[in-house]
Amino acid sequence: MDTQYYIKSYCKIKEAHVTFNNNIVFEDDAKDLKSFLKNIYKHLALKYAKFFKMDNLSKLAFLGAELLLQDDEKDTDRDIAIVLSNRASSLETDRKHQEAIQDKEKYYPSPAIFVYTLPNIAVGEISIRHQLKSENAFFVFDTFNAEFLCNYATVLLEKNKAESVLCGWVDVDGENYDGFMYLVSRKGKIKHTIKELTNLYQN
Amino acid sequence: MKQIFITYNNIISSLGFDTISNIENVSNGVSGIKKIDDDNLLQQPFYSSLIDTVKLDVAFQNIGDITAYTRLEKMMILSLKDVISQSNIPLDAKTGFIISTTKGNVDTLDENSSFPKERAYLSELGKQIQQFLSIQNEAVIVSNACVSGVMAVSISKRMIESKLYEHVLIVSGDVVSEFILSGFQSFQALSDAPCKPFSKNRTGITIGEAAASVLVTSNENYLSKDAVQILGDASHNDANHISGPSRTGEGLVRSMKSAFKEANIETQQIDYVSLHGTATNYNDEMEAIALNRMHLEKVPVNSLKGYYGHTLGASGLLETIVGMQSLYNNCLYPSYGFDELGVSQSINIIEKTKKKELTVFLKTASGFGGSNTAVIFKKNKNK
Repeated sequence: MDTQYYIKSYCKIKEAHVTFNNNIVFEDDAKDLKSFLKNIYKHLALKYAKFFKMDNLSKLAFLGAELLLQDDEKDTDRDIAIVLSNRASSLETDRKHQEAIQDKEKYYPSPAIFVYTLPNIAVGEISIRHQLKSENAFFVFDTFNAEFLCNYATVLLEKNKAESVLCGWVDVDGENYDGFMYLVSRKGKIKHTIKELTNLYQN
Repeated sequence: MKQIFITYNNIISSLGFDTISNIENVSNGVSGIKKIDDDNLLQQPFYSSLIDTVKLDVAFQNIGDITAYTRLEKMMILSLKDVISQSNIPLDAKTGFIISTTKGNVDTLDENSSFPKERAYLSELGKQIQQFLSIQNEAVIVSNACVSGVMAVSISKRMIESKLYEHVLIVSGDVVSEFILSGFQSFQALSDAPCKPFSKNRTGITIGEAAASVLVTSNENYLSKDAVQILGDASHNDANHISGPSRTGEGLVRSMKSAFKEANIETQQIDYVSLHGTATNYNDEMEAIALNRMHLEKVPVNSLKGYYGHTLGASGLLETIVGMQSLYNNCLYPSYGFDELGVSQSINIIEKTKKKELTVFLKTASGFGGSNTAVIFKKNKNK
């Protein structure tokens, strides 16, 4: 693995702030996560009705991808792999589905909720939006795993499985959320290393 | 590039607690699917392939406290422990660890569960298994719907290629729960009879449960007699729909093309394809289209869902292990439950057990979120 890869751009959706390459894009004092995500959507002037059907995890990942892929053309066949990760998997929606089946007197499981009881649905939503028919995977770790993500993205690029890789940590657990996404490519200024990723995630 | 192999393996399912007993049942045409009547799982009777709880606890009580671990943990620990014992692999920093599961311990969210709700975090499942078996590395948990099991194989290969690890242990598993059954029923995807993949009269999915484990290694000192080399692998998204496959099979076709390119072999060299075959209308139709687009329509294929049901995050790895045994025994196993072809394009479904020299096989899977995986395996001739 000799080729140097770069972090072309990165964004964070965290603590009521949205940043892109360390510049504040949006801040908000919304009372809950759902409103905050809706306000970001409005701020970015997006027109994508499917957004409102998504659960909070998919919304968070979707908005991160919007920030990172905004300059790219959506109609060309781009080879951008997607590798996302988090701690709580789809637990937030799992709890909703469990609530719907807990009481046998009020049993109402819904396919619109059940489909979001899989974390990789967030990857599917981004793939549909940007028409990325490319390599993709979703991982769960106890904490942000810079070492694994860095190595995995490098192998994908090294083996020509993708031209660039959209990576990230997108976690939603109750009202707690943490979004950090970045684009790994052959060009850029920040070196794609475990140290840089750890640094960007923490600061 | 060094060669990477799947070697020692185990399956814990309704058909047995090791690979040999599972294969005996499959080759004798025994299915683990039965009619189940259990209000705690579903309000009406349904078909499923369940692991015998008493048998599971009897096996587990030799090594641990049966009340301290969830059903899934017991299955996974027993399965992975068998692979560790067979292979004698050192559980040090050079041995990576992957868990593939779709829903993990999600049944602990139920108010009636005796386990704390924290157990539903997948990293908690990882810790339980890691600690019980004294594995040094934290688990990399793969949760990609129904492709998880076979995708884990692809990921293990990439972990070894990244030079971080010499070996990777994979354990995959899911249990049948009210959570899963109620969800698939809300999609009207559950079959009211044992599933019949690719058949004209198929009526949907049968859900099952299993755990399956393998050792993946680049070290030729750890090769089992049934070892296979992983030649190529890929996982492409359909970018079409979150709960249904692409009608053209686009993501699956791209996955297969990428796997073939990496394997550097022609489609004519494939002796057998182990398909996903869930027995839903859309999935089976999509797979037939994708096979034809790849000119694989004449190659013998089967779905193993008729024996095990759809075991979710375990299915891809379980079916890979059965495929390895097909190669080792030079034997094609029939697609259980198949009668009359019910897809629009011709494919070559295996209807009777057939002895045949087999060298290369392809495993595919597709699932929610538009996910698809294809992996190509070759018999290890140096055994």
